[in-house]
Amino acid sequence: MNLSVEGLSFDYPARSVIKNIRFSISKGDFLAVLGINGAGKSTLLKCINRILKPYAGEVYINDEDCFKLKGRQLAQKIAYVAQSNLSIRIKVLDAVLLGRRPYINWDISNKDLEIAQKALEILGLQEYALRYLDELSGGEQQKVVIARALAQKTQILLLDEPTSSLDLKNQFEVAEIIKKIAEEQHIAAIVSMHDLNLAIRFANKFLLLKDGEVFAAGGIEVITPENIESVYSVRVKIEKFEGIPIVIPIRF
Amino acid sequence: MSKKSVQRADTSYNLMYQRYILKKMYVMVSLFVLLLFACVFAIKAGSTDLNLYNIIKTLLGKGTEVSRLVILRIRLPRVVAAIIAGAGLSVAGCVMQNNLRNPLASPSTLGISNAAAFGANLAIIIFGAGSVQSSRSDAVIINNPYMVTIFALVGAMAATLIIILLTRLRGFSPESMVLAGVALSSLFSAGTMLIQYFAQDVQIAAAVFWTFGDLGRIAWNEIAIMTLLVVLAFVYFLFHRWDYNALDNGEDTTKSLGINIERIRMGGMFVASLITSVTVSFLGIIGFIGLVGPQIMRRTIGGDHRYLIPASALAGSLLLLIADTLARTIVSPVVLPVGAITSFFGAPLFLYLLIRGGRNK
Repeated sequence: MNLSVEGLSFDYPARSVIKNIRFSISKGDFLAVLGINGAGKSTLLKCINRILKPYAGEVYINDEDCFKLKGRQLAQKIAYVAQSNLSIRIKVLDAVLLGRRPYINWDISNKDLEIAQKALEILGLQEYALRYLDELSGGEQQKVVIARALAQKTQILLLDEPTSSLDLKNQFEVAEIIKKIAEEQHIAAIVSMHDLNLAIRFANKFLLLKDGEVFAAGGIEVITPENIESVYSVRVKIEKFEGIPIVIPIRF
Repeated sequence: MSKKSVQRADTSYNLMYQRYILKKMYVMVSLFVLLLFACVFAIKAGSTDLNLYNIIKTLLGKGTEVSRLVILRIRLPRVVAAIIAGAGLSVAGCVMQNNLRNPLASPSTLGISNAAAFGANLAIIIFGAGSVQSSRSDAVIINNPYMVTIFALVGAMAATLIIILLTRLRGFSPESMVLAGVALSSLFSAGTMLIQYFAQDVQIAAAVFWTFGDLGRIAWNEIAIMTLLVVLAFVYFLFHRWDYNALDNGEDTTKSLGINIERIRMGGMFVASLITSVTVSFLGIIGFIGLVGPQIMRRTIGGDHRYLIPASALAGSLLLLIADTLARTIVSPVVLPVGAITSFFGAPLFLYLLIRGGRNK
């Protein structure tokens, strides 16, 4: 499976948000989308599955033009986890079952139930299945939402800052889970992130956005002090600790 | 873990989910049984005393002249109207609360009730469809009920279309829709006030009487129209129950699940408005059912629209039937306006649920 984004552009009436974005990834990839606030990370994610309608550009999955698909068909190929999710009073299993919506005609089948349960298992949430969503902690709720996206059985998973509101432990857990899902379920994950060190640790591909355009894209080799300074306007040093590169800000 | 124990875990897990769903079913079955009891009581209660045997005989077509008249012409239409209108208003409220993302939304939120009242006032006062006569039961007589109903319906549909056009052409958000509804509401009540200002007191009495909401004025053919509409709407709403659940999770998530939000919202608002328009036109303004019916059930069985929609329908039917029966019997032979009774008893009940909910949290 190969996803290629070609020339994606979107603008709000007052300003252009993303311009001519191009990249491609394959199954098993964990692509970290990096850039400052307002660089267009969220917009890019929303344009890929047409939550926002880009004025130019195409998205192909295995040479199939995604924008020619109907909403339902697209939702069977690309799942999305929003930046902030509402804490509502619904059972965790029912929240995950919602991921089956693109497949449901009148009612859920046993197969849907099985897939939802499997998704809960992959995230280690079996015990929470019959708890109310709004009674869980922020980290657990985030995992439930990822389980819902997983139950959608798609080839692409878009996650908009899934770790931003979490504590250190949950940030690692969620990032680890995304990496695991990408590798084991053969899904390509596109994740917008703020924490460079978390991204370096778990992602294998990187897309650096600056002013709505691709500044650099590729493997770990694009994470250089020069690139980071250009994108974030912060001088950094990159040191290795036990073989893992660590980004250390040195001057603002 | 061995394969066997995994399987066993799955079964118990499934069982627990089944049990959880069963619990919701029990609530609905209980509501249904209560509704049946309420029906029997409503048919029995009143100045002409009827026992259960008489009622069954009459329903089977073997009753006396008097019991046939009382049951088939007077009480049964009221009971059926209460069940249908109550269910309709309540599911309309349920869907509006979801579509507008506003727990305060109800069928009258978009100004439909006031628009219908304006239409009725226009018919009664300007076009002379109502007057006061001295009759035994009611002091006020509407000479031309069809004209009043049609005018009310036109008024209500006009309000609906204005909201829908604004939403379509100007891309209104739910918040703007609610605000537009408030504006329309006051526009139509101002219109009503102006008409009434220049009317004679006889006409005002007829117009005010119309707005009270009264289940006694409906005829069988009108019940048939209302039933058909409410049943179709109910099926439509049920068909979209997953979409409404998705909407509770936010707009971006809903879109990402392949759901066309504009279409869902437009459809939901239109169908809910249609139910409200027809109900208000036939029966007058019956407040609170559409707000309180779904809210009570949301607090009892949760926010899952798979169960919330049917449960809201049952709750609405039950509330309106009880309210109407009380309205007829509390100070019999005077029939109190049912719209006042629904609020009078519904509001404390709702407050109680809010207080209880607050304490639990």
